[in-house]
Amino acid sequence: MQSSTRFDIIAIGGSAGSLAVVARLLKSLPGEMNIPVVLIMHRLKNVSSELNRLLAFGRPIQEPEDKQRMESGHIYLAPQNYHLLLESDGTFSLDYSELVHYSRPAIDESFFSIADAYGQRALGILLSGASADGAEGLARIVKSGGIGIVQDPAEAEFRIMPQAAIDLSAKINIMTTDEIITYIRTQYHTK
Amino acid sequence: MIEEISNTELQELISIIQQQYGYDFSDYAKASLKRRFIRFMGHAQLGRLQDLKLQLLTDPDFFKRMVEYITVNVTEMFRDPQFYQLLRDDVLPRLATYPIIKIWHAGCATGEEVYSMAIMLQEAGLLERSRIYATDMNAANLEKANTGIVPMRWMKDYTHNYIQSGGLHDFSDYYTARYDAAIINPGLRRNIIFFQHNLVTDHVFNEFQLICCRNVFIYFNRTLQERVVTLFYDSLAPRGYLALGMKESLLFSKERKKFEVINGPNKIFRRKF
Repeated sequence: MQSSTRFDIIAIGGSAGSLAVVARLLKSLPGEMNIPVVLIMHRLKNVSSELNRLLAFGRPIQEPEDKQRMESGHIYLAPQNYHLLLESDGTFSLDYSELVHYSRPAIDESFFSIADAYGQRALGILLSGASADGAEGLARIVKSGGIGIVQDPAEAEFRIMPQAAIDLSAKINIMTTDEIITYIRTQYHTK
Repeated sequence: MIEEISNTELQELISIIQQQYGYDFSDYAKASLKRRFIRFMGHAQLGRLQDLKLQLLTDPDFFKRMVEYITVNVTEMFRDPQFYQLLRDDVLPRLATYPIIKIWHAGCATGEEVYSMAIMLQEAGLLERSRIYATDMNAANLEKANTGIVPMRWMKDYTHNYIQSGGLHDFSDYYTARYDAAIINPGLRRNIIFFQHNLVTDHVFNEFQLICCRNVFIYFNRTLQERVVTLFYDSLAPRGYLALGMKESLLFSKERKKFEVINGPNKIFRRKF
């Protein structure tokens, strides 16, 4: 099938209260969707997590290793203890430097590198969370010509994260989970 | 505050540093190197790339401070406890068969993993006949490592890591607390040598039964990773061990066939003959 979406990558950031939303988003991805999805979720340090198992819904989902090449239609989850960066050649670079917003992985760092590498071909989505991580990153994606969506703070379990992004940029779209799902699907069905 | 550095601008910075100081960053991974420069500019309160270039061209001390800042030196004692458990249970018993055990910590930062290794060797009764060579390109890191002083505020986490790695002793036996600092017992330091070595430019200097290079590769691109894997291969005794970071891989290296995978998830490899 011909891909005619206006983005080449979907990056989703979430923290407290976002797990169920991420699960719903992944479950409703159009079957023919052929771009990579990158998830950056705040997780506990040094605790091996079942997160990637919890989230698997038929599509391959994996924690990328350093220099791994992204494949279309695959879902990638930022590994614990590393910042996950994207290079413009479509490979991942990991980074083990300071925590950002008390987090590693930090959503901001991934979003910055995606804005840099993908420009207007990036779709960034920021969900529920109790910190401001991801807000600057999402604003940067929008500034670089990409699309930024936040989960409607009224719906989010923790509104701080989406609200912080809204406060930074007027061009960020505010949507409920259902609206985000519809938006992504529309990219495939109306073209 | 600067937000982004373009590929062209990055190339200019790399060229200035190379011509002026002889350090070669051209085969570092771009995304993280850009990020380090941006963070350093924030730290040095430089708003424009032009100011950074000017400082680099005129002030060698400034360059030194910048290298110390941009080379990542975040580390922990017993980082990834399950890795240390494997070392303790599977690797050290093999190393015990050598009369002298030589270990290289490449890119040791401020030495926390080196001291973790010394503790494990001591517990296995092997420290006396071990020689640990700990190297880094960053001289400030090595000075710090050599003092054996670790901030006290991290000791709770490190104790937890130590216990998770299967450590059975009282972790506080290994250091003396002085206000906000923990001083590693001098006895643990007796067979450790810290010195400067740059993986980008320097060569083989000894032969080892184990090389630990954890979370250093991630800052290099594929070309430089290949160089360093070859350097490690040449520095290992036949059947010597190589340990990388948890998300670092030999899979993308042409040299992978020269190594046997001992533990995939924990990235322990072994040189074939």
